[in-house]
Amino acid sequence: MKMKKVLSLLLSFCMIFALAACGGNNDQTAAPANGTQAADATPAATQSGGASPEASGDEVSIVLATYPVGKYGDESTMTELIAAFNAVYPNIHVEVQYLDYTNGDDQVNTAINGGQAPDLIFEGPERLVANWGDKGYLVDLSDLWSSETSGQIYDFIETACKHPSGAYYEYPVCMTTHCMAINYDAFEAAGALQYIDEATHTWTTEGFINAVAALVANGQPNAGIVFCGGQGGDQGTRALINNLYGGTFTNAEHTQYTADSAENVKALQLLYDMEGIEFDAASVGSDEIGLFCNGTLNMAFCWNVAQELSETAGQTAQFEIFPMAFPTESGAPKLQGGIWGYGVFDNGDPAKIEAAKTLIRFMTEDDAQYTNAVLASNYWPVRELAGIYSDNEVMTEYGMFMQYMGDYYQVTSGWAEARTAWWNMLQQIGAGTAVEEAVAAFVETANTAAGN
Amino acid sequence: MNLTSKRTKSYRIFSTATIVLVAILFVFPLYWIITGSLKPVASINSATPEWWPSEFVLDNYERLFNKQSAPLFSIGSIVTGPTVPAAIRWLVNTVFMAVMSMGLTCFTAALAGYALAKKRFIGRSVVFGLIVCAMALPKQVILIPLLREMSDLNLYNTIWAVILPIVGWPFGVFLIRQFAEGIPGEMLEAARVDGASEIKTFTNVVLPMIKPGIGALAIFTFINSWNDYFMQLIMLNSTDILTISLGIAKLQGENATDFGIIMAGAALASLPIIIVFLIFQKYFTKGITMGAVKG
Amino acid sequence: MTAKMPQSQVKKPLRSRTLVLRETFASYMFLLPSLIFFIGFVIYPMVMCIFTSFFDSTMGREDIFIGLGNYVELFHDSVFLGALKNTFIIVIVSVPVTCIFSLWVSSVIYDLKGWACSLFRCIFYLPVVTGSVAVTVVWKWMFNNYYGIFNYIGRGMGLIDKNINWLADPRFALACIILILLTTSVGQPIVLYVSALNNVDQSLVEAAEVDGANKFQVFWKIKWPQIMPTTLYILVITTINSFQCFALIQLLTSGGPNHATDTVMYYIYYEAFKLYRYGYGNAMGVILALVIAVLSAVQFKLAKSNE
Repeated sequence: MKMKKVLSLLLSFCMIFALAACGGNNDQTAAPANGTQAADATPAATQSGGASPEASGDEVSIVLATYPVGKYGDESTMTELIAAFNAVYPNIHVEVQYLDYTNGDDQVNTAINGGQAPDLIFEGPERLVANWGDKGYLVDLSDLWSSETSGQIYDFIETACKHPSGAYYEYPVCMTTHCMAINYDAFEAAGALQYIDEATHTWTTEGFINAVAALVANGQPNAGIVFCGGQGGDQGTRALINNLYGGTFTNAEHTQYTADSAENVKALQLLYDMEGIEFDAASVGSDEIGLFCNGTLNMAFCWNVAQELSETAGQTAQFEIFPMAFPTESGAPKLQGGIWGYGVFDNGDPAKIEAAKTLIRFMTEDDAQYTNAVLASNYWPVRELAGIYSDNEVMTEYGMFMQYMGDYYQVTSGWAEARTAWWNMLQQIGAGTAVEEAVAAFVETANTAAGN
Repeated sequence: MNLTSKRTKSYRIFSTATIVLVAILFVFPLYWIITGSLKPVASINSATPEWWPSEFVLDNYERLFNKQSAPLFSIGSIVTGPTVPAAIRWLVNTVFMAVMSMGLTCFTAALAGYALAKKRFIGRSVVFGLIVCAMALPKQVILIPLLREMSDLNLYNTIWAVILPIVGWPFGVFLIRQFAEGIPGEMLEAARVDGASEIKTFTNVVLPMIKPGIGALAIFTFINSWNDYFMQLIMLNSTDILTISLGIAKLQGENATDFGIIMAGAALASLPIIIVFLIFQKYFTKGITMGAVKG
Repeated sequence: MTAKMPQSQVKKPLRSRTLVLRETFASYMFLLPSLIFFIGFVIYPMVMCIFTSFFDSTMGREDIFIGLGNYVELFHDSVFLGALKNTFIIVIVSVPVTCIFSLWVSSVIYDLKGWACSLFRCIFYLPVVTGSVAVTVVWKWMFNNYYGIFNYIGRGMGLIDKNINWLADPRFALACIILILLTTSVGQPIVLYVSALNNVDQSLVEAAEVDGANKFQVFWKIKWPQIMPTTLYILVITTINSFQCFALIQLLTSGGPNHATDTVMYYIYYEAFKLYRYGYGNAMGVILALVIAVLSAVQFKLAKSNE
């Protein structure tokens, strides 16, 4: 009797666990990156001596995590790119994970903690070089940087992809300049077009002040917002503040945060005092874009060509969108560049690392394939690629902002902490904290994170 | 007497009117999601609210369905279902997760709750004390160790990483214990005298008595796990193992938020469970009620 | 009764050591499935949480033992103290308000016509089943500074002369979160109260009315004691619910503006996955767990003494 009881209980146990184990396996195989690393490591190590997986014919699965850079967040685009890759390398299976700018960083961080970082990741140096690379999770890609095509990559891009230690944690694919945009129709109605230089897409700080005043006088209480709800679009608010009076975000060596300079304090104070410009802690970059496109705001500080082309943003606008450089006193705006490319996580499996590098080479070395990879991003190539956008009007219009490209400072250590603290600083200023005080607190936090 | 009844009546009218107003606030989000999912993007983003869609379109659903795709289900690496829009797979995952959490929770809680209520054993107060103290514990507290544990168990990025902590949460045991307390000791004693085994006693005597409690727990767990956005956010990454809530949350983080897609996703996420709720409303409310009578 | 007497008489002497052990063994067999999950996914992580809270643990570096360092820092961290305060504000406001509001709604709707009662019951339950992520999307729009419905109505009725940026204003942001939390948590209490009120012994109510008791007296003297068990249960589930409030904050304000809506739950996530301070996050978790364990124990003791 007692036996029976024990037995039946045991049986029910086995049932639960069989169920659990079986179910676990299902999902695990659905995500091929899972847990197979340890098992793969031994055979892989034996054949890793430079032999490409193609030669050995071994099946390799890698996970590519991508942020929504242009159309890199669209499944149809990614499927095409991967299909082209698989036509040449059928033995490398690529699973794509789609990240977003709200939760993406947190998700990669949890994945790293969960021991399942993606093998390949597509983003910019601020995340790859200054964050995950800096913390030792990425593989040095120096060998890719020794190729012939890599020699043609623009110098400033190369600098951005290189960690102070000398390691390359990113192999770039595309770039853009982040600019701002104005509602041309509203500016016209308010008589504010006189304050902008339509030919060069530039304006002065004084022109900016006058234009906002004109918009307010014309019955527009919300000319623009300094969005500071957090996550994404930080380059817009930084570029605005730095350009107004010529301040900088970091020193030239990218070792120290200098956002507390007199120029930046003056710019923040100006924005805070300005009627028509609001510090909005409830909006994030994408909210600002939405508000601009539906006509609520007359300018967007978080803008680039991808927003103009987006079917859910620029294309829904019922007015003419006019891209602008950020206003400056000197007349020489310094725009923040955007650089995107691949980084490879070190998951302890040489075969996966090799497969990841194979994919990077495939996407970037051959001109025809590289053109596709760049077109998918809607941005510009990082080396000369003749005629890629020669007959595209919008791309040509935005292409002129390249001449204003400024220093790419987002490779300073402590980037993640600095960005979090940046939003907090703007929120404090918006809530009435004295500008000097908030800025000083920000610089202290950021510099501590940078190891100063 | 006349005066009081008049006053009662006006109080009734006043309070009913207030409740109707509040009720509108409760219905509104759902109304807005469903109508919004059928509006063109420009109307959703419009600066003046469009109370009723001026034009009905299915574009949003189309974009949602075309955005990403995934196999409908996959058992092992060999058997995979037909390729469907990822949102459908997310629904399947969510249902699987909620049903599994519900089943496992009810099973384990029924056994444990009965033992805690009706048996006297060594260490009982320790176990019960731990359960009471851990009942209100938010999962955020243990999130970092839990994440590492799931990764050690090779369960990170699987639905099980979400299910197991839900099952481990001891509220269910507590709830069933409250119910099982009401089982008369004589009945258990009688079963023992009749020579019934522990298992027989449990299935024949205890189970029918705590059935309403299990019903209440089932509903509670189902809805809780359906809404357990946090664990999903932490544990799930791959497109084909997301849940519908997480899927929608992730749609919000794009460069320019596409509210059309989000509304369509939200409608898709809430409609099935609302339909289930409306159909089974009687059992739903009954189940919950029974849970409370003795709790 | 007669059958029971000899039973218990026989039982007493037989309750020997072996019997106790056998009963204990059987009990643990019943408890085993549950304990595996409970120990595996609650107790073990909790122990690990306590353990790592003594370390300075971050990404990409070996942990460094720092003893109580994290705890010392916690009590100097004004953001954490603010988060702790916000957590309690949420619980202290939302628990009683949920209970009182749902009791009031139930008392009004329980004697409406059958269909009306179940219609209202359904409506108040809708936000629960709609899911917090979906509901939040709409609430975010409703609170919007520029075209949100609250500003629209407020201006239309002349209540406000200038748009209020609800979620960006430290004065209102937490209140907005609590309001949404309320709408997603009153559903179940209303259902519970309606049926509890229906189960109130009508003969007692009538007797009291005959004795000349007014509505208010009938409620306090007759109905309230009878729905007390329901109230206790509602208190427990609402407290649990309020402590789980994470999605609303993550999706609406990310703890902002300037940490005005940070709760400890969100702040742990923030420190761990935005700033990579795992040990620090764990230390916060330990503090919160202690507070909650004490609260639950007290609540349970109170419930016991009321039964």
